[in-house]
Amino acid sequence: MQPTNTKDPEYYHKVVDCQYACPAHTPVPEYIRLIAAEKYTEAYMVNWESNVFPGVLGRTCDRPCEPACRRVRVEEEPVAICRLKRVAADNKGDLSEYIPQGPFPSNGKKIALIGGGPASLTVARDLAPLGYELHLFDEQPAGGGMMRTQIPSFRLPIAVLEEEVGFILNMGIHTQFLTYVDSLKSVIDKDYDVVFVGTGAPRGRNLSIPGRDEAAAHIHIGIDWLQSVAYEHTSSIGKNVIVLGGGNTAMDCCRTARRLGGEHVKVLVRSPFKEMKASPWEKEDAMHEDIPILDNHVPVSFVHENGRLTGMMFEIVHAVYDDNGKRSLVPTGEPHVFIPADDVLIAIGQENSFPWIERDLGMEFDKWDMPVVDEKTYQSTIPKVFFGGDAAFGPKNIITAVAQAHQAAISIDLYCKGTALTDRPHPMVNLVSQKMGIHEWSYDSMVTIDQRFIVPLADKKLTLCNRKMEVELGFDVATAWKEAERCLNCDIQTVFREPLCIECDACVDICPTACITFTANGTDAELRSRLKAPAQNLTQDLLVSDLLPTKRIMVKDEDVCLHCGLCAERCPTAAWDMQLFSYNTAKAGA
Amino acid sequence: MSYLRPKFRHPLLPTNDHGYTTTDYEGSLSTLCAGCGHDSISAAIVQACFEINIEPHMVAKLSGIGCSSKTPAYFLGNSHGFNTVHGRMPSVATGANLANRDLIYLGVSGDGDTASIGMGQFVHAVRRNLNMVYIVMNNGCYGLTKGQDSATADMGSKSKAGSVNPFESIDLCGLALELGASFVGQSFSGDKDQLIPLIKAAINHKGFAFLNVLSPCVTFNNNVGSTKSYDFVREHMEATATMDFVPLSTEITATYAEGTTTSIPMHDGSLVHLQKLAEGWEPGDRLSAIQALQHARMESKVLTGLIYYSPEGHELHDVLNSSVRPLNTLSQQELCPGAAKLSGMNAELR
Repeated sequence: MQPTNTKDPEYYHKVVDCQYACPAHTPVPEYIRLIAAEKYTEAYMVNWESNVFPGVLGRTCDRPCEPACRRVRVEEEPVAICRLKRVAADNKGDLSEYIPQGPFPSNGKKIALIGGGPASLTVARDLAPLGYELHLFDEQPAGGGMMRTQIPSFRLPIAVLEEEVGFILNMGIHTQFLTYVDSLKSVIDKDYDVVFVGTGAPRGRNLSIPGRDEAAAHIHIGIDWLQSVAYEHTSSIGKNVIVLGGGNTAMDCCRTARRLGGEHVKVLVRSPFKEMKASPWEKEDAMHEDIPILDNHVPVSFVHENGRLTGMMFEIVHAVYDDNGKRSLVPTGEPHVFIPADDVLIAIGQENSFPWIERDLGMEFDKWDMPVVDEKTYQSTIPKVFFGGDAAFGPKNIITAVAQAHQAAISIDLYCKGTALTDRPHPMVNLVSQKMGIHEWSYDSMVTIDQRFIVPLADKKLTLCNRKMEVELGFDVATAWKEAERCLNCDIQTVFREPLCIECDACVDICPTACITFTANGTDAELRSRLKAPAQNLTQDLLVSDLLPTKRIMVKDEDVCLHCGLCAERCPTAAWDMQLFSYNTAKAGA
Repeated sequence: MSYLRPKFRHPLLPTNDHGYTTTDYEGSLSTLCAGCGHDSISAAIVQACFEINIEPHMVAKLSGIGCSSKTPAYFLGNSHGFNTVHGRMPSVATGANLANRDLIYLGVSGDGDTASIGMGQFVHAVRRNLNMVYIVMNNGCYGLTKGQDSATADMGSKSKAGSVNPFESIDLCGLALELGASFVGQSFSGDKDQLIPLIKAAINHKGFAFLNVLSPCVTFNNNVGSTKSYDFVREHMEATATMDFVPLSTEITATYAEGTTTSIPMHDGSLVHLQKLAEGWEPGDRLSAIQALQHARMESKVLTGLIYYSPEGHELHDVLNSSVRPLNTLSQQELCPGAAKLSGMNAELR
């Protein structure tokens, strides 16, 4: 193998598994250290800069960082990254010194933001301090988009949302709420330099099976129903409720139904339980509230009597996989099952919907009738129209919307400056030794073996009768410190400098997880088989040195390195050093 | 500075016949200087014991005083241990061995502990062919007292402070050969490929197995001009042979080029495979071993690998015809046969 090019910032970035997995690349270990140091405001700001909604995401994020957490590879549970983020938000101090405060000197450019959700708000936050004049349109009475309408208050208190939306809108954004934009042409025709579309995926999928139309009065589309609950247009539901669907919206629907009078709420899902789209913790939360999840049930029909819904028929299936792992749901042949219900909530997916975009504007649409959007620049085929969030590439999650919106904001800024959109700013990276003394590091290198701490919940009796009472109480600061200590500080890199190495083997002998081997060179696949412990995780790279005086190379398998710093402590010549790697994705104006 | 090693281990660590991983052979975290050769030797001992499926509770590790003699705290944390008075490890090892021949005796000593204060003890353990492994972690200086030349420092070797050693050094391998040791090897802490099979064979050997392992002192004796530095030893190493230890239970799968290889059966049927590199050297011929050692010395080379090995010879128990069973398993009746027996013995002496 060739020596690893650690000059490429992506090499060390990949080692920081959580940050690498995060769509917005939030520097996770950095803010966890700040939480451990009780610097909650600073920890909040690290988040705010990167993901814009730390308080919201600390409660509702899909947490792609957690399955990626290195800890999963040496024990069972990842660091509770998401809930630590909430600790920073819950305990932060006054932010007025930190958050940019307008009015900002104008740069003379005017931008329309259509939709008031996470994507548009992120673009607004990134561009407002640069002097852009931003006009935000939304049909809702307040900002926040799906964060306000689809996430129930028992998961996300409205005050948390309002504060973070407020930080942005208070930067001098011109808001036009209760304004449904029904024509893109009308916006383009005005004097905006750029139009950004962040309208999300606002249409819940319907289920057209027999009885749907006849019993329509008691069949609701999940996200519409959640929105209606959020705006207090709906305040009750029948005693027996069926929720169809296996995603997070289904979980929000069933838990909301429990709070509006649903006594027997069931979730029915076509797929096997373990393949449901909902996050494991959301399924647990639903089951904790006495909501059974019945898997392998395919809806057959809505059953109704005299125009009133009485229940649903389901066919029982099981999953069969072909050689390519493709799943098909095959009926088991058992008789259909009837499940009684007073109301049914359909939460089987969401779609984009652009009835308000005229098709004769010159904007190209693909075969699924979705606008063609560039995957890097987020520009549509009309140069001054940009997309971001669910509106760009279909429904994902808040953190993805934020990440896409950062990129769209960069593009918009470049576009307004007349620079090529492909000439994008590079991430800000740095690598600094953490050596404090002969064998001392500036970070807490001791690896704790504590198991993941559990976030306490409010009493179920109380939360089930109050839709607005938050269920999760969040970590107290003492538990937060213990949980923060579980972080392995993967951003403190093991940097190897071969000219200093005397090949004493001290690092090989001390490494608790057998990561380091000095051996003859070979190919990647072949080297992986003859290391001290086999390197079978191909998603993790090998750090390979140049040839050493004994004609061997140093190979370090990054897979289960604990970043404990022992290799560097035992290194007599500081050929190994622990260096803090910081990686901040570029924002607009960089 | 860390005093504890994290408890997490690689999930795919290989296991041996007992289901143990190398973790089960580790000791506590070393407090020696970073980069000390002794730590590499400790790691080699851990690896060797793991590979030949030793049960940790069947090992007694003994040492004297010095940096080297601290190391038993850093390997085989589940074995018996005895940290003796300076230079007195051979006596304690002899006593322990006579009381219980079932254990594996692993003595660890340094150049001071062996070649200076313990010389009087060392030589007698060799000439009695006590069944033990005796490892000298030889760094040519007194690291614990700031690096003064030891008795194994080569004449002309330069200390860190710049002074040149004016005295002849003691060649421990030559001495062991002279005194009739049945297994003599010499190695380097920085060459585990050679050291681990040597330790495995030494443990398996019945009789006194002596290993002199050059182990650079990174703090006081790793300077230019020193003959015990990493660089000097690497540049001047010359191996008698590359070596493999094949335990009895293992099927021989490796293939060796004809002519240059020799297999020597050990007392229990295990094999020592050698691919000879040195000319005129025969592993079982003491004269050729002494010659090879002297030859290397004249050329300022460090001869490493197996120097001499003789599977024959009687270890101390055979000579003394002592109890086959450990003393702690003997009953009161066996240990104290009674007055009548005593009277009979006394009568024989009259």
